[in-house]
Amino acid sequence: MPKIVFLATDIVLYTLLCAVALYVWHARRTPNLRQTWRSVLHDAAAMSASVILGVFLLISVLDSLHFRALLPPAPDAPANATPAYSTRTLSLLDQLLSARRESVEKTYSIPLGTHQFTKETMLVGGKSVRDFPRLKFGGAQLADPEKQWAGDVARRSAVGLTVGMLVAAVLWLAFATLHARTPGGSVRGSLQQIVAGATDVPWRAMLTTASVLAVLACWFGALWPHYHVFGTDQTGNDVLYQGIKSIRTAVVIGSMATIATLPFAIVLGILAGYFKGFVDDLIQYTYTVLSSIPSVLLIAAFVLMIQVFIDKNPNMFETGLERADIRLFLLSVILGLTGWATLARLLRAETLKLTELDYVQAARAFGVSNFGIMRRHILPNVMHVVLIVAVLDFSGLVLYEAVLSYVGVGVDPTTNSFGSMINSARTELARDPTVWWNLMAGFSLMVTLVLSMQIFAGAVREAFDPRTRAFRVKRVKAGDRNVAALASK
Amino acid sequence: MINYIVRRLGYGLLILVGVNFFTFVLFFALNTPDDMARMNIGGKRVSQDAIEKWKVERGYNKPLLWNEAKPGIEKATKTIFFERSVQLFALDFGPSDSGRDIGYELKKRMGPSISLALPTFVMGTFVVIVFALLMVFFRNTYLEFWGFTAAVFLMSISSLFYIVMGQYFFSKVLRLVPISGYSSGWDAFLFLALPVVIGLVSRLGGEALLFRTMFLEEIGKDYVRTARAKGLSEPAVLFRHVLRNALLPVLTSTVAVLPLLFMGALLMESFFGVPGLGSYTIDAINAQDFAIVRSMVFVGSALYILGLILTDISYTIADPRIRLG
Repeated sequence: MPKIVFLATDIVLYTLLCAVALYVWHARRTPNLRQTWRSVLHDAAAMSASVILGVFLLISVLDSLHFRALLPPAPDAPANATPAYSTRTLSLLDQLLSARRESVEKTYSIPLGTHQFTKETMLVGGKSVRDFPRLKFGGAQLADPEKQWAGDVARRSAVGLTVGMLVAAVLWLAFATLHARTPGGSVRGSLQQIVAGATDVPWRAMLTTASVLAVLACWFGALWPHYHVFGTDQTGNDVLYQGIKSIRTAVVIGSMATIATLPFAIVLGILAGYFKGFVDDLIQYTYTVLSSIPSVLLIAAFVLMIQVFIDKNPNMFETGLERADIRLFLLSVILGLTGWATLARLLRAETLKLTELDYVQAARAFGVSNFGIMRRHILPNVMHVVLIVAVLDFSGLVLYEAVLSYVGVGVDPTTNSFGSMINSARTELARDPTVWWNLMAGFSLMVTLVLSMQIFAGAVREAFDPRTRAFRVKRVKAGDRNVAALASK
Repeated sequence: MINYIVRRLGYGLLILVGVNFFTFVLFFALNTPDDMARMNIGGKRVSQDAIEKWKVERGYNKPLLWNEAKPGIEKATKTIFFERSVQLFALDFGPSDSGRDIGYELKKRMGPSISLALPTFVMGTFVVIVFALLMVFFRNTYLEFWGFTAAVFLMSISSLFYIVMGQYFFSKVLRLVPISGYSSGWDAFLFLALPVVIGLVSRLGGEALLFRTMFLEEIGKDYVRTARAKGLSEPAVLFRHVLRNALLPVLTSTVAVLPLLFMGALLMESFFGVPGLGSYTIDAINAQDFAIVRSMVFVGSALYILGLILTDISYTIADPRIRLG
């Protein structure tokens, strides 16, 4: 029985999931929230983005179930000896991909390569030859890579793509069957409806996105056991594996830092707006002081402090991963501590507006306590601002992580992150021939995550802030363009 | 007016005091000079003697707030708080932990910083406004849709990626500009061209969307309808009426950023080897030079507060409807 390990960020991630589930349950029961969310649910782009986000979230959850494997007992150990656990903490994802994690080459190799990227002196038939050595794992099944490589890759790709398409087809049929369960519906009819894009929820867009993901996953899945799909990095680690590990780091930073801002922003913002006067002055002063310090410097100062703390207490953490994780956790908390000013300012303004409204005055006249008014009447009515800012902040924080990693105050060097992948590209692109796969893998995964979140956040903002709906880009069919242009004049 | 400015300056000074106190607590109280010394010398097994020596060399061997050993006024002045925090207000930054004068470095590095930051800022603002205006002009067409999509996409890319790819493509493949470095005078143009363009592209997406929203908000107002009703052409409405009014918030937000330009661009400078304040800061963070980080926090906050005050003043000058209370 392995020893289950709960890292700080794991617990936060689980709590976050529970909170989201709770919110979904609450939103389903509340008529007006349900109505608002319906506009997000009907937005094709936002729902496609949420499919991608869902996959990213699933990966980070799999990567957040940590354990330490039980070591086989020493040969001469007594029967009742305390069990010894491995010094490495692994996640469920590591376990699933353990073959990939352990297939470490010596150094760089190109995507799908069979030979090392750099030459080495080898002994061939008693003579020393300087050539590109074969990889230990990539394409190891080929007897003669020169001749067999293209055929092998093509065959595996064909199998992968076919399976991917089958999975996609099953997905479409399954949804059509589910959709057809309404009275009088047939599978064929609902499939036609979905393909025509005539359903309320944009199943067509979502299924297309899911199909693309499924095909890609199966394609990579077919090649990955035998090749390094995105090549290997300087120390010979599989780049695709590192990219997948980086997803969790990005998700943790994006979500945790946002959550860490909320308590300060909500409590102080509402207090300032509600009590006005002296309290307001004090809170405004606090956040002006905080926001006047250049954020990179403030974060750097905090992170240097943490580093001192970690260096002083080396015995607090049992494994290297735990030490790296506490740094990730504290970094997110710091990002939250330094970033609450904007939201607090918005909430203060909103609360100022609300306290003048009749229903708050009425509540006050009935003798409801200050705390009661803030909790029952103000808080629910500013939650939309909180939600909008929270989803908008996420992508910015993921991007910010890369900058912080460059400055040297980001995540622990042993933690995989998109920032460190892009940073290492600096020297890699200067090589000749260039090492481009590390940068490209990090870049494409990061852009996919950030772009999906931006699109999703845009839809949430439009749903919860009706004013922004006027600024929506209207897609006009070519024939209607002149009419629309006339109408706008 | 003067009364108002004096009051704002006073409030700014108060905030600066807060910043200063905050950094003092962060750097000296939470984290004793002993910790700093240990970290700076490196390694966990550092002898107490080495730490004491390090502290004496940098003047960190005094008490934090109150020096009982000294006579009279020196009880308050011969302390870390006075020497390291209070004297910042007199712009006396003292030596860095590596021994060089911070004030001298600041003066020397401000020039390169501004020669990179100012062109980036001016050209960036111009391009962003043009881009946003074009999106508004071609609204409800495919041009707007693709412009919008491009902006969202540009916004989702890490600025590090722009820098790395820009250096690779323009310096290594095309060999148009040097990869990094700096020189004074007109030769600087070659060195600064690429960072300026990259700086411009990396802020284009987000700001263009913001400005587009501002312009669209303006376009819905009554005076625009009146102008159209008078029979003015769309370009005339847009450029003569909307742009002028919409530029107000743009200009004032510009003023807020101006002083901060002196701080330089952290990433650009350090990637392109410009010897400005941005790269100075990054080097200090990497070398864990707390004295420089503290000074830069002070300078940065002072400039930010100056920006806030200038914004308030420029509002009243640009928009006569606003009265200062």
